[in-house]
Amino acid sequence: MAVYFDHNATTPLAPEVLEAMLPYLQGPYANASSLHRLGRAARDAVEQARQQVADLVGAMPRDVIWTSGGTEANNLALKGVLTPGRPARIAYGSTEHPAVMEAAESLRGQGVDVAVLPVDGDGALDMAALASTLTVPTQLVSLMRANNETGVIHDIPTVSAQVHAAGALLHVDAVQAAGKLPLDVSALGADLMSLSSHKLYGPKGVGALVRPAPVDLRTQLHGGAQEDGLRGGTLNVPAIVGFGAASALAQARLQTRTAHLLALRDRLQAALQTLPGVEVFAAAAPRLPNTVQFRLSGWEGEALLMRLDRLGFCVSSGSACASGSGEPSHVLLAMGIDPERAFGAVRVSLGEANTEAEVADFVAALRGLIGA
Amino acid sequence: MIALDHAATTPLAAVALDAMLPWLRDGHDNPASDHAGGRRARAAVEQARAQVAALVGAASADLVWTSGATESINLALKGALEFRGISRGHIVSSRIEHKATLDTLRWLERQGHRVTLLTPDDDGQLAPQQVLDALTPETVLVSLMWVNNEIGVCNPIEVLAPALRARGVLFHVDAAQAAAWLPVDLAALPIDLLSLSAHKLYGPKGVGALYVCRRPRARLAPQLHGGGQEQGMRSGTLPTHQIVGFGAAAEWVQGQRQLAAPRVTALRERLWCGLAQVLDGVRRNGAGALAPHILNVSFEGVDGESLRARLPDLAVSSGSACSAATREPSFVLRALGRDDGLADASLRLSLGYASTAEDVDVAISRLVEVVTTLRRWAPRP
Repeated sequence: MAVYFDHNATTPLAPEVLEAMLPYLQGPYANASSLHRLGRAARDAVEQARQQVADLVGAMPRDVIWTSGGTEANNLALKGVLTPGRPARIAYGSTEHPAVMEAAESLRGQGVDVAVLPVDGDGALDMAALASTLTVPTQLVSLMRANNETGVIHDIPTVSAQVHAAGALLHVDAVQAAGKLPLDVSALGADLMSLSSHKLYGPKGVGALVRPAPVDLRTQLHGGAQEDGLRGGTLNVPAIVGFGAASALAQARLQTRTAHLLALRDRLQAALQTLPGVEVFAAAAPRLPNTVQFRLSGWEGEALLMRLDRLGFCVSSGSACASGSGEPSHVLLAMGIDPERAFGAVRVSLGEANTEAEVADFVAALRGLIGA
Repeated sequence: MIALDHAATTPLAAVALDAMLPWLRDGHDNPASDHAGGRRARAAVEQARAQVAALVGAASADLVWTSGATESINLALKGALEFRGISRGHIVSSRIEHKATLDTLRWLERQGHRVTLLTPDDDGQLAPQQVLDALTPETVLVSLMWVNNEIGVCNPIEVLAPALRARGVLFHVDAAQAAAWLPVDLAALPIDLLSLSAHKLYGPKGVGALYVCRRPRARLAPQLHGGGQEQGMRSGTLPTHQIVGFGAAAEWVQGQRQLAAPRVTALRERLWCGLAQVLDGVRRNGAGALAPHILNVSFEGVDGESLRARLPDLAVSSGSACSAATREPSFVLRALGRDDGLADASLRLSLGYASTAEDVDVAISRLVEVVTTLRRWAPRP
């Protein structure tokens, strides 16, 4: 049985979540836009899930816009706040997920001025650079709550105050933070926040953009009057119901999950640091409770990953999206880590079902591989 | 409850659910991950791609996964125009297309492109010559649905595809309502782009596909940016269970379609005849080449809202489910020349593979009863 240490790529579906979804996969089917009784039942289920997702992030149900996932939520946020054809400026952090980076970069070709905000060696945002970027009128700053590779947590409340003082909007990609950190959209000061269901033990194929403030958004997916005309397309009822159930579960279990993950992670990191030639990235920074990204001197990350895979350990070198691209992690490069070290990166991201024994086996396997 | 709303969505086929469950229970790996579990998920995604491709006579490599037909249509239309890099392109379509097409075209118009929306005749028919006459040297794209979602009328796709290819104009076909009912053979038809939806063909909601022809290559600019999945054409983590369900449903539909089509066509005619023989003042909307599953009927002298309110045991719709929230009379029927009152007093009855003669007979008697009652009470003009 393989040991799954890749929860930042995706999480298994919680059994309770599958239970919640099954009636909508098996039972009376309906289009949630249909006016008849079955349509109304589907709509009620969708609205209950909207409440559950809103509760997870301290928002109102009407603030939640369903999307097909985190990527679409990020695209909607970045492109949706702009008026096509009007000059604009947006800024994003240099360690953002490709869904934010690529969405922002796609706007460059359309006359949008795009600024990239640097981070320091620990992955923390350079606040002086943010201040100087904001001296030029800017529509939107996009910054993730927690990084998918290193787990580094950005100080969003402080950033938010600065962004708002400059008259800009703040979008927070909270895809990795949701379910691992307490998340309150107003306390963070986010005007828009992206969420993904499959990173918090919910199904793939659904996410949300949360909009607590009356921010004008332009539709990116046209067709049909769903989601107040903001996002066309038949609602994916079973997945939405699953996302709702997963959010309720995440809220109920946040403390126990976090305590468990943190204990395991600290144990893992302490054990790793006894190995010769190990470097834990962003070791001193505030990080997600479940994530360690490290390298072993003399080992290429992809090679180590393949060896570990054969031994039954599922880990990653960084973002799953970019796997196989042969490029070193843009996150580590942005932190000033040289490409040679960045190529060595291996990410372990723990989940609620992982055990101390699995962590011990993993460290023993690494020891065996490097002959230590 | 008698299900006569299969054009809005279909039930999940048992084989599709069975195919999905293992991926929901313990096959959670990200298909983009580089470990054993990720590779297994990737293999399942590719098997599903082959199954969906087989349903429409395409090669696997021609299909891009999306979140549904709405996204496929958005990607096809916006992506084709954006890739060309022209700011003043011309697009030809029809007034009775799905909202996903019409709303996307309206957006493209606001970006500076010119859109010609053709008006079909009173029966919903579009003549091939009408389309060809609308082409100009600036025309980049023609977008038409194969089967209309409200009245079931088929557009002359087989005639138009070669004619448009010969003229060097891209052709996008919205086949969301067609794939469960008509043979679609992209190996034989020169179509450049074709949109599909899983939940209209007994697959799960939340997944669709866009066929992108490779020879000659239809080039698109991606609309969803990120991790570069789907060869950069559509980013976002692939929902393995939904894709696997789509694949299983496509394979199942391929086996059912040929037998279901004539049987359901007969049921549709039984439904129409049952209504027309007993009731006066019923009018059928749409004629000519029709998909087997859709019957659209207007009831004269009846208030539409009262009619729908009195049919709680029939799952029917007044038109497209997507427009239901606006509660306006069908724009499709108005485009066909029906006045607002008649358009509002219309029902779309859409059958499925599992529909029976008994369902149809119960529906007939319920409709006759309700319409007769409403007419008795209606104030005489």
